Amino acid sequence: MIEVIATGPQNTVQDLGREGHRHIGVATAGAMDSLALRTGNLMLANAPGSAAVEVQTFPLKVRFSADGVIALTGADGRATLDGRELLPWWALPVKAGQVLEIRHPRQGARVYLCVAGGIDVPQLMGSRSTALRGGFGGLEGRALQAGDELAVGQANALSIGAEGFGVRPPSCAMAQALPVQADGALALRAIPAGEAHWFGNDLTRFWAQSWKISAQSNRTGYRLAGEPIQAEQSREMRSYGLVPGVVQVPPGGEPIVQLSDANTAGGYPKVAGVIEADLWRLGQAAIGSRIRFVEASPREAIAADAAIECYLAGVGRVIEMRG
Amino acid sequence: MNQPLQAMEPFTVHLAEPAARVSLIGARAYLLEAPGELTLEAQRRIWALSQALLARPEVESVVPGMTNLLVLFRQIPPEPAPVIEQLQHLWRTADPLHRAGRTHEIAVHYGGEHAIDLPALCDYAGLSDQEVVRRHHQSRYSVFAVASAPGFGYLGGLDPALYMPRKQVPSLHMLKGMVTIGGMQSGIAVLDGPNGWNSIGFADTVMFDASAAQPALLAPGDTVCFLPERIEL
Repeated sequence: MIEVIATGPQNTVQDLGREGHRHIGVATAGAMDSLALRTGNLMLANAPGSAAVEVQTFPLKVRFSADGVIALTGADGRATLDGRELLPWWALPVKAGQVLEIRHPRQGARVYLCVAGGIDVPQLMGSRSTALRGGFGGLEGRALQAGDELAVGQANALSIGAEGFGVRPPSCAMAQALPVQADGALALRAIPAGEAHWFGNDLTRFWAQSWKISAQSNRTGYRLAGEPIQAEQSREMRSYGLVPGVVQVPPGGEPIVQLSDANTAGGYPKVAGVIEADLWRLGQAAIGSRIRFVEASPREAIAADAAIECYLAGVGRVIEMRG
Repeated sequence: MNQPLQAMEPFTVHLAEPAARVSLIGARAYLLEAPGELTLEAQRRIWALSQALLARPEVESVVPGMTNLLVLFRQIPPEPAPVIEQLQHLWRTADPLHRAGRTHEIAVHYGGEHAIDLPALCDYAGLSDQEVVRRHHQSRYSVFAVASAPGFGYLGGLDPALYMPRKQVPSLHMLKGMVTIGGMQSGIAVLDGPNGWNSIGFADTVMFDASAAQPALLAPGDTVCFLPERIEL
């Protein structure tokens, strides 16, 4: 059991999401940084889709009521265990009674508290992810609160020394495979979408400028601030199915990137779609930071997926070598 | 040459229409949009296409929208052009799928505190509130698609006199259960929160139960009738 002593709002139990229910309006939900979750689960010999706590407001303070093994992945939350500083991307044993605190990261947005055995909340429609807007899944369909107790599932056999072990974060290990921007904006690879041509000359500005992630951004989507882009004529669209990563442009002209908790259908014109292999990076983009869209092709998206699999295979080898 | 005309006819009819528009959302999702008007007939072809595609091993899932269909492939197709052509071909050859749906009678409290947009709708339509309510509950509606939010049904069959565009700025405090009009569609809100549709009443019906074997009450092809349980004008 993990007891929540203190938490910010909007911290939830998430796994890799709820697939296969879009046709009844159910969003996938799931970890915003799915790579951090997959890596954490790999480090703990969990099934890839085991659930963890996604921490996006700080501090989070928990007490372990039994011995176990945890891994902290995602942003560096400058975590402490009974006051002792921990490294990020690290798996380590914890003892009953120890207190873990995760603080505001200096970089990145979301920390994943993964636990050997996974967070054991009931599976609903094939997933343990919290659907915050729908109010179901996760722990009672809501964000965590002080006083909550999270059950932990049965862990697999795991050999881990007293000090634990770490892996290289994907942003370092994969650096060569990721696009870089000279001005520090996070470059996200995206493919032009159906209504890109509606924007005429403004389309150049969509790709060229860096967009700021506004304060109205959360797991549902990021609202971007910048010089607006306008369609040459406004047309009412029929509602269409959408997937996380779609970049829509509402009448005001500042784009919205729809993410894990987005509606499964919408009616705004769409200008681009961020490739799935870059969504974990967007999930770590903090409010106030800047992003830029870089045009990519499906073949580049395939290569980007391959780079992620290659990273995970590398993590797997580190674990194997430890025996 | 001796092909019986009957067998050829539906095929020929579809060939005469403009090609469906197909575009990408990211690398793995393709959106097919039917040409022509928003009709139940076009939507029935979307259902047929949806069923045909779901049977294919390379398709992970499909999301029928309003005379459009989002197709998610398991693997990223390296070249879009052949996929687009194939989807357009499947659309051309898709015959309407008639679904024997269920009929739902949903009791509505028209007017009152939750009908926050009824006055605006009356102004826009140039109709009295009684006339708006009468026209709304006298239509039979078809569930075109269940999408957007858990269990939300897009209903076709709205009286054209009641068409009203979605709001430019969504209202922030819309309630689950509000009976709404968005453009040429009607629907019952399933979530509290921001919503750009226009509310004319309230229905206290459970539209979605995540723990049920069939979580969504409505399914594409179902019929919805609104029963005026109370009219408060």
